[in-house]
Amino acid sequence: MSRYFTEDHEWIDVDGDVGTVGISEYAQGQLGDIVFVDVPEDGKELTKGDEAAVVESVKAASDVYSPASGTVVESNGELTETPGLVNEDPEGDGWFYKITLSDPSELESLMDETAYAAFVAKL
Amino acid sequence: MSEQEEGPEIENQLLPLDAWHRARGGRMVPFAGYEMPVQYEGIMAEHLWVRENAGLFDVSHMGQLYLSGEGLDAALEALIPADVKSLKLNAQKYSLLLADNGGILDDLMFTRWEDGLYMVVNGAVKYDDITHLLDHLPDDITINHMADQALLALQGPKAVDALSRLVPGVEALVFMTGGRFTWRHQSIWISRSGYTGEDGFEISIPAEDVTDFVDALCAEPEVKPIGLGARDSLRLEADLPLYGHDLDPETTPIMAALNFAVASKRRREEANFPGAARILMERESGAITRRVGLVIDGRQPVREGAAVVDRDGSEVGKITSGGFAPSLGAPIAMAYVPLAMAEIGTVIQIAQRGKVHIGTVTAMPFIPHRYVRGAK
Repeated sequence: MSRYFTEDHEWIDVDGDVGTVGISEYAQGQLGDIVFVDVPEDGKELTKGDEAAVVESVKAASDVYSPASGTVVESNGELTETPGLVNEDPEGDGWFYKITLSDPSELESLMDETAYAAFVAKL
Repeated sequence: MSEQEEGPEIENQLLPLDAWHRARGGRMVPFAGYEMPVQYEGIMAEHLWVRENAGLFDVSHMGQLYLSGEGLDAALEALIPADVKSLKLNAQKYSLLLADNGGILDDLMFTRWEDGLYMVVNGAVKYDDITHLLDHLPDDITINHMADQALLALQGPKAVDALSRLVPGVEALVFMTGGRFTWRHQSIWISRSGYTGEDGFEISIPAEDVTDFVDALCAEPEVKPIGLGARDSLRLEADLPLYGHDLDPETTPIMAALNFAVASKRRREEANFPGAARILMERESGAITRRVGLVIDGRQPVREGAAVVDRDGSEVGKITSGGFAPSLGAPIAMAYVPLAMAEIGTVIQIAQRGKVHIGTVTAMPFIPHRYVRGAK
């Protein structure tokens, strides 16, 4: 399984033709206490870069953009009741949705973990 | 992912405590022309800490003014609706700087000192306020911008315990009074007031002494530094409007539900403050729109700028502040709505980013004030 990151701090874990999407540890730290997450519905068609989800902290709302194109096959229903999961485990249990990839070649433009760590270090 | 609330990039001034905030882990953001700490450990934890203990806020960005001169009381009464003349020594009042049409130019606190009036105005508009005062007050009045003073707010039920250990005597103050005290041979001004709904104090201290003072305060077990983020959620829960958001030149004191700002019978009878005819008429018959508090269904907050809509989806009002209330565990907001929708219990619709949210007009404050008042 490979993990890729966007410059907007989304991550995607790819396993076969299914990707799992969330926001990075860095992003949750910037947002602070997360009080609400709006995840996309199953079956939703997303194009890379589309607004896929909304994360609300105490102070501000932020859009989450889809790191890849495809169809949403599952969203993390636990976030409805426990949005704080994104703070506690952003790159694990705090995932947002799973998507079947319609164009895996899109992943080539994303960063791997090492490149993302270097990117964040410069922010 | 992208934050939807971003300001323009401008060069910001540094607060006297800038290095201190950074050393304490404060995350600095641009606000009102300054770099200011938005949070230290997290807005939620800091908010709840203030409601139970004591939080230290750096509000040195605010404007501290000292006004003096012959005929000051009458001259100031020409610009604000408060009863200045009856203000006793060391007593403090909230008031509004009004434009000729009754619109609000700023909200402010002022206090009677021995030889003049001490005034605290909002940081974002302090230079506009000074210009307005210079333009409208007679030449006999002197305005001193106390730019070398830092301003702190220590807020929360245990603020009195912590501060009275450093500065004995402050426990005798009651809400909206102040006095001059000594700390390590330095004269400081302390009033029992603030903007969180909690008991607490505001402290004006020379900038050169403020770092030592906050170190001493934060050595007390009740005290933690608190950022702007929690200041915003605390004041929202306490029904305290924020200038530039809930108040602006388009709103009058009555629209803003600040009727207490025109409480003086003498001032109303004299009707000689800016916009008096309009404001007094609105006071009698109600303004067209009114600021209300809303509890929002569900968990998703509605934010400043979201539209209050009628059944047809037409915009009839606006959210001016909105967020998640840590003490309530629910989203709350302030909105301007037509008078007919301002009754407590009215259910209203809010459109935000393609979704409709439901809010209920609720009595404010959302969290009861805990001011320590004196005997009447």
